[in-house]
Amino acid sequence: MSRSDVLVDADWAEARIGDPGVVIVEVDEDTSAYDKGHIPSAIKIDWKKDLQDPVRRDFVDKTGFENLLSERGISNDDTVLLYGGNNNWFAAYAYWYFRLYGHDKVLLLDGGRKKWELDSRELTPDVPERPRTSYTAREQDASLRALRDEVIAAIGKRNLVDVRSPDEFTGRLLAPAHLPQEQAQRAGHIPTARNVPWSKAANEDGTFRSDDELRSLYAGEAGLDFGRDTIAYCRIGERSAHTWFVLHELLGHPNVKNYDGSWTEYGSLVGVPIELGEAR
Amino acid sequence: MSDANPASTVTPTHLPNPPQGCGAPAGGVSVSAATGTLGGQAVVEGHVTREGAPVSTGYARLLGSGDEFVAEVPLGDDGGFRFFAAPGSWTLRVLAPNGLRAEQSVQADHGQVTKVEVSL
Repeated sequence: MSRSDVLVDADWAEARIGDPGVVIVEVDEDTSAYDKGHIPSAIKIDWKKDLQDPVRRDFVDKTGFENLLSERGISNDDTVLLYGGNNNWFAAYAYWYFRLYGHDKVLLLDGGRKKWELDSRELTPDVPERPRTSYTAREQDASLRALRDEVIAAIGKRNLVDVRSPDEFTGRLLAPAHLPQEQAQRAGHIPTARNVPWSKAANEDGTFRSDDELRSLYAGEAGLDFGRDTIAYCRIGERSAHTWFVLHELLGHPNVKNYDGSWTEYGSLVGVPIELGEAR
Repeated sequence: MSDANPASTVTPTHLPNPPQGCGAPAGGVSVSAATGTLGGQAVVEGHVTREGAPVSTGYARLLGSGDEFVAEVPLGDDGGFRFFAAPGSWTLRVLAPNGLRAEQSVQADHGQVTKVEVSL
């Protein structure tokens, strides 16, 4: 798999507007963004309402995912092109999620909504109608997702990549600086984790840095040994999905998992080790 | 979330749209939605205008020393933005279509709202 198999630019997307085999999907936490204007022909998936179980903290199950995609008019053969705001955080999360349930043809729009807007490309409030399909998902691919016990067992043994900001990593903040400080019970990071903020993988316009720059960042600057398995985490798993996309999809490292429980889970667990300050 | 934690003042029952993810709505999360009170937060907020009119399409980025990315929000309909920062010195950078950009230094302090007005 290479960059061109998973990542497309805005010109590519613009040429596929209305293509019956390409379903453009906007995924944002702030769903009002889609409602005000979106790429023509794009549909919306709400990362929280649509992709999370409404009661317990987990994903919708296989049947739920099948129902969602069927209702949105996505079939197994469609190419799904994902994009979103926040430098594609939630679009990358949805990309990882689609992979988790075995959708083969899924792409990410480089730069997402931000680059599209900065380029002054067309946005429309018109919501397309897509006929219902009968989507069949696969069982979750456990090779892509890390759960808490696996993370605790990985301390000191695997690469743990904390992709939050340095202030969150060191324990100065519990959440990104554009949000109120809430959530986990304790601040800090998982012992032996390296801090490689997701933002280092992105250019200012939200596009991903070049493969050479990314290799240099993770293997060079951060000193990660990709002979070992890797788990990425952040606060709730969407920024780390962005990094998972870089490591697994762009750079082709096979054994990379996303820990979607992330700091909101780990930082609230009783009895687990936590480090404060810089990486040791 | 324990009731003993001050963060439990932010619960879904108190908020019309509780901010539980990492993404921010255009303009940033409101202070009242965040905490009900300002408390110890260090808030940086303001508006972006061009020739006196609000710039509603664009992004405000908060950067630390050495241009280290800290956070980013899309501008609101009124050109507004808001960050909940750690106390300290920051750089605010604004990006807008047609290559428009602006940058200025800001100081955030505990329990204070630092106002920043940006003209492109």
